[in-house]
Amino acid sequence: MRPSSAIKRYNIRVVWLSLLYAAFLVGAILAFNHRLVAGPLAYLAAILPAIPIIGIFVAIGRYLVEEQDEYVRMLMVRQTLWASAFALSLATIWGFLESFGLAGHIDAYYVAVAWFGGLGLGACINRLTLGTAGRC
Amino acid sequence: MLMENRLRVLRAERSWSQLDLAEKLEVSRQSVNAIETGKYDPSLPLAFRIAELFDRSIEEVFVSPSQRRSGAI
Repeated sequence: MRPSSAIKRYNIRVVWLSLLYAAFLVGAILAFNHRLVAGPLAYLAAILPAIPIIGIFVAIGRYLVEEQDEYVRMLMVRQTLWASAFALSLATIWGFLESFGLAGHIDAYYVAVAWFGGLGLGACINRLTLGTAGRC
Repeated sequence: MLMENRLRVLRAERSWSQLDLAEKLEVSRQSVNAIETGKYDPSLPLAFRIAELFDRSIEEVFVSPSQRRSGAI
């Protein structure tokens, strides 16, 4: 499938945000390991790696707005719905397992990891049910 | 319930490939394939664009599900 201008912009945004994420994460780890931050600055340093991840959610939203091909857009909407269902279901199940002492603690940001994994699941389901995974 | 349509026939009459039609409609080939095979119903604006491209009315391209059920077409 020939990439649309919307998907090209999405890919560029995701690459830059991924690079930013890596830089912020390494910076935050170094800052905490060397005890360079404390107080409010520590909160800022801890939140910094989350900002590019939130940016990727925004990039996906922008892509859905900018994509002119309604069928391809529908495929991506289906992927995001599957991703949301997958991540929220996993988080709910894990939450109860943890509450009853049957599973260890997992950091909350793994919900986002599960959501991105759910996008892949959505692409597979698109391929199985509609014969095409879409552009993402 | 998805709509049936005559897209494949109309396209074949003009010897257009799915890619030719997709480029004329400014959509992906996958979109044309999905509409042709009845996996996806186009929006009203896209349905109008398809009908206008073939110089037909929407009813001549797409079959209303209610008419199909009643056997009118």
